[in-house]
Amino acid sequence: MSTSTTEKFIPAKRYNTIAFALMVVGVIAAISLFVTTGGEGDHDNRARFWASLLQNSVYFLLVVNAAMFFMCATTLAWGGWQIAFTRVTEAIASCVPVIGVIALVILLALCFGDHHTIYHWTDAEHVAHDPVLEHKSGFLSKGFFATVTILTVVLWSFLGWKMRQMSLKTDEGEVVSTLEKRKKFVWNNTVMAALYIVVFALTVMSSVPWLWIMSIDAHWYSTMFSWYNFASTFVAGLSLIALYVVFLKNNGYLPLVNKEHLHDLGKFIFAFSIFWTYLWFAQFMLIWYANIPEETVYFKPRAEGIYSAIFWMMLIINFVAPILIFMSRDSKRNYTIVTIVSVLVIFGHWLDFFQMVFPAVSPTKVPMILFDMGIGLGFIGIIMFVTGRTLSKHALTARNHPFVKEAVIHHT
Amino acid sequence: MAIKKFITGNFYEEAVLFPAVKKVRRAGYKVHDVYTPFPIHGLDKELGMKDTDLHIAGFIYGITGTTTAISFIGWALARDWQINFGGKPFFSLPAWIPIMFELTVLFSAVGMVLTFCWLCQLAPFVKKDHFNPRSTDDTFVMAIECTDKTNEAEAIAFLKEAGAQDVQIQSRETGWWFGRYDRETVRFGKKVAAV
Repeated sequence: MSTSTTEKFIPAKRYNTIAFALMVVGVIAAISLFVTTGGEGDHDNRARFWASLLQNSVYFLLVVNAAMFFMCATTLAWGGWQIAFTRVTEAIASCVPVIGVIALVILLALCFGDHHTIYHWTDAEHVAHDPVLEHKSGFLSKGFFATVTILTVVLWSFLGWKMRQMSLKTDEGEVVSTLEKRKKFVWNNTVMAALYIVVFALTVMSSVPWLWIMSIDAHWYSTMFSWYNFASTFVAGLSLIALYVVFLKNNGYLPLVNKEHLHDLGKFIFAFSIFWTYLWFAQFMLIWYANIPEETVYFKPRAEGIYSAIFWMMLIINFVAPILIFMSRDSKRNYTIVTIVSVLVIFGHWLDFFQMVFPAVSPTKVPMILFDMGIGLGFIGIIMFVTGRTLSKHALTARNHPFVKEAVIHHT
Repeated sequence: MAIKKFITGNFYEEAVLFPAVKKVRRAGYKVHDVYTPFPIHGLDKELGMKDTDLHIAGFIYGITGTTTAISFIGWALARDWQINFGGKPFFSLPAWIPIMFELTVLFSAVGMVLTFCWLCQLAPFVKKDHFNPRSTDDTFVMAIECTDKTNEAEAIAFLKEAGAQDVQIQSRETGWWFGRYDRETVRFGKKVAAV
């Protein structure tokens, strides 16, 4: 066990092997899905392949971006405790440009390609005969979609890179050598985090999931859909951070992190699982109660149709499991239980995205979910590889950060 | 309830208090409690206090509230007096969840407040007394419980050595009781001036 704060993460050979193996699984799953269904066949078949790519790329992009949000929100609140593992958060956030580019390619291909099967509002001929989509065409148009998507990914990546650079600069010690400089650093850091939060509020929290996910059901709308997507991916992002913290801790890294920090991460996962449920239920109940056909059409195939098993299972995994398992203090401080809940939650919210995308794309039969899981594993491989690489480049502890003392003496 | 003797000492600094608590406990004295005007992080651990079970009580009150809500609404709307609300089923769970949630919160909140009062022996007309009124203002008051074997002079000297000021011997009735504490000399014994 080493305890130096200057130490870097050295990925074990097995770590990278697993990462590459997962990527290979992803590629194989994608290829076999393309061969068996892609391109040809009926409506469902053609959409199948692209819907899977869409679901996975958007989900994992939002998950790694949630790490970015966690970092900026805690910075904005002048929190100190998260500094103990801030390099882990940064490393996960460094996946944003990589997965962002993949998602960008997929989204733009869906928007400008001639596959109108997923975003049928991209079909000009169809829109001309559809007064509802015609009316929405200011928002659901190719130009607007592309602009927002590109801007979103670029801004996330850029601001994430800026935050990372600021954090790395403290390692040299020059920017935090005097009290005045430390104050200035904290101020600059806060401003940068605030900028990101504004971008985040205008994207994930309010508009981007409308375009990327909700526009698959182009006639249907829910104003809180984006906010609900944010809750979903934020819980998964927190779980990803917790998984990495546990993993590094088990390998003898991160000397400043102790059970107090893990406990607080557990509280976040617990609280935001309930928050997610609250949003899920608020959306569901209003539609259920009003019982207007143009709204209930969304939940009909999900809650009562062929997708109902996935729908209810996802609710159990994402709500009942975290609330019961994480309620007690001891379970939030136990490495094994935190790992189990984190994996469950990441999988549960992946299922949530699955049931957002596929009932619209393939309403008559539930597609073979193993292909989608395979592609999902590919994305996990990418996250593992990029995160591991970023972790290995610089010291694992931001030891000169002005708030590092708060992180050391932190207790819940 | 029995009247017990306590030795009290007044501390002005956290930095003095923490080592003093450690020393006093290590010397084998029984610290009755430390009274502070505000919560001090880590003091409960230093005093060797057990984590509270209040939250377990809260959980039990909470599920009692959930059960009360669902069983009453279920009985009233689905069994005793069925009403057709816009074609919804009689047993329409989604509509009841807000009420189940509210009753869960209500039961756990009220129950926990009452339990907390009971644990702290707070109730209308129950009198509480301070070893030193300054523990509500600006100092930390440590009370050591005396047993038959405690050498009081030695304990006083030890406490002073550990950094306490205004060290006193005081008597208190344990547990809770009704009455006017400013008049009941019986329950306090005689106040001993600062030694």
